[in-house]
Amino acid sequence: MKFIDEFRDKEIAEGLIQRIKKTSTRPVQLMEVCGTHTVAIFRYGIKGLLPEHITLLAGPGCPVCVTPNADIDLAIALSRQKDTVIVTFGDMMKVPGSTSSLQKEKADGRDIRIIYSSLDALKIAKENSGKTVVFLAIGFETTSPTIAVAILRAKDEKLRNLFFLDSQKRVPPALVALLQSKQLKIDGFILPGHVSTILGTKPYRFISEDFGRPAVVTGFEPLDILQGVWMLLKQIEDNRAAVEIQYRRVVHEEGNPTALSKIYEVFEDGEGHWRGLGLIPNSGYRFKDSYKEMDVRNFDVDVEPPKEHPECLCGEVLQGIKSPLECRLFKKVCQPENPIGPCMVSIEGTCHTYFKYQ
Amino acid sequence: MIMCLGIPGKIIEIEKNVAKVDVGGVSRDISLDLCPDVSVGEYVLIHTGFAIQKVDEEEAKETLDLLKQMAKAI
Repeated sequence: MKFIDEFRDKEIAEGLIQRIKKTSTRPVQLMEVCGTHTVAIFRYGIKGLLPEHITLLAGPGCPVCVTPNADIDLAIALSRQKDTVIVTFGDMMKVPGSTSSLQKEKADGRDIRIIYSSLDALKIAKENSGKTVVFLAIGFETTSPTIAVAILRAKDEKLRNLFFLDSQKRVPPALVALLQSKQLKIDGFILPGHVSTILGTKPYRFISEDFGRPAVVTGFEPLDILQGVWMLLKQIEDNRAAVEIQYRRVVHEEGNPTALSKIYEVFEDGEGHWRGLGLIPNSGYRFKDSYKEMDVRNFDVDVEPPKEHPECLCGEVLQGIKSPLECRLFKKVCQPENPIGPCMVSIEGTCHTYFKYQ
Repeated sequence: MIMCLGIPGKIIEIEKNVAKVDVGGVSRDISLDLCPDVSVGEYVLIHTGFAIQKVDEEEAKETLDLLKQMAKAI
């Protein structure tokens, strides 16, 4: 078993689609929180296979997209400091800040390097001991434990020149904000499979217990998504609300306790600034006292005041209240090669996905 | 890269907390810091150079069996 091809079986998919059609009797809006789900839904044409009265809404689950301009501007300002190296995941390079991007800064000669793993940041810091190395730490719970491991190792190895620009986000508080939104009606959540590998299901219980909505932690292959949708529809038709797991091969109720303990060894919950959703309590992290010396926000750097393109709808798209097709910039001015907003930059961004597959 | 992408890989060698894994015929080294209790021959989910969870083959089979039954019972 390779755990991929088996979950792309056409015959089983057809059977599941029939079952979905049989089960679903009323119009529903389901939100796939994770951008990786949005990509899979478009890639496999899943929207077109479902009955028309089932709407799938793309949510805010793209870490690159939700990173606010102020943090990108800070990274850019830091890159202009003497003897400073910025290390970042590749997707952040093209994201436009208020007046520049990391890619433009690199073209202008700043030392900005793309890494694949947080551990690469340690290697670069060791190789550049005379320089200040700043890791642009973005990501949801899937990535946060890997960043925590890098911080723990940096401390352990007494690396004095590695710092972190923390712009990580926690998913569950953002779901509270979406459920409280008056502009949006969500009948159920397709919950992110890999975030939940770390979190488990307990942090999502409020969805069913406080808001009476069903939620299903779902995998990313076509059969996973179809089964996840069917499980949500079944709950809705049975007038039930629970948090269930479809993606059982890697998600357990308790999550990954080792990974969670790494996160909370370094961080405690703090406020998070989300593009589109604004400031959400407890949706980010702050460094615990013993690791504060690695927080780059302690640096005294002049950063330009953040500004965004007035016509970019990325913020509304991230909340599921606007489709990229409603944006005047979409495809005409804003394209992957010339992105105006981050939702067009990231491979997981809703605008990028619409551009590629719609 | 896709930020929350996780791909399954088969462990072919373990040395301390680093595992050599096979991902679709390509071999790479990953950290086991977040998923220490694994053995050679098992599959793990890989994210940005880390194993983040063991892939449970029994659960995968059960899910597939259930899906086959569901598809047949229409």
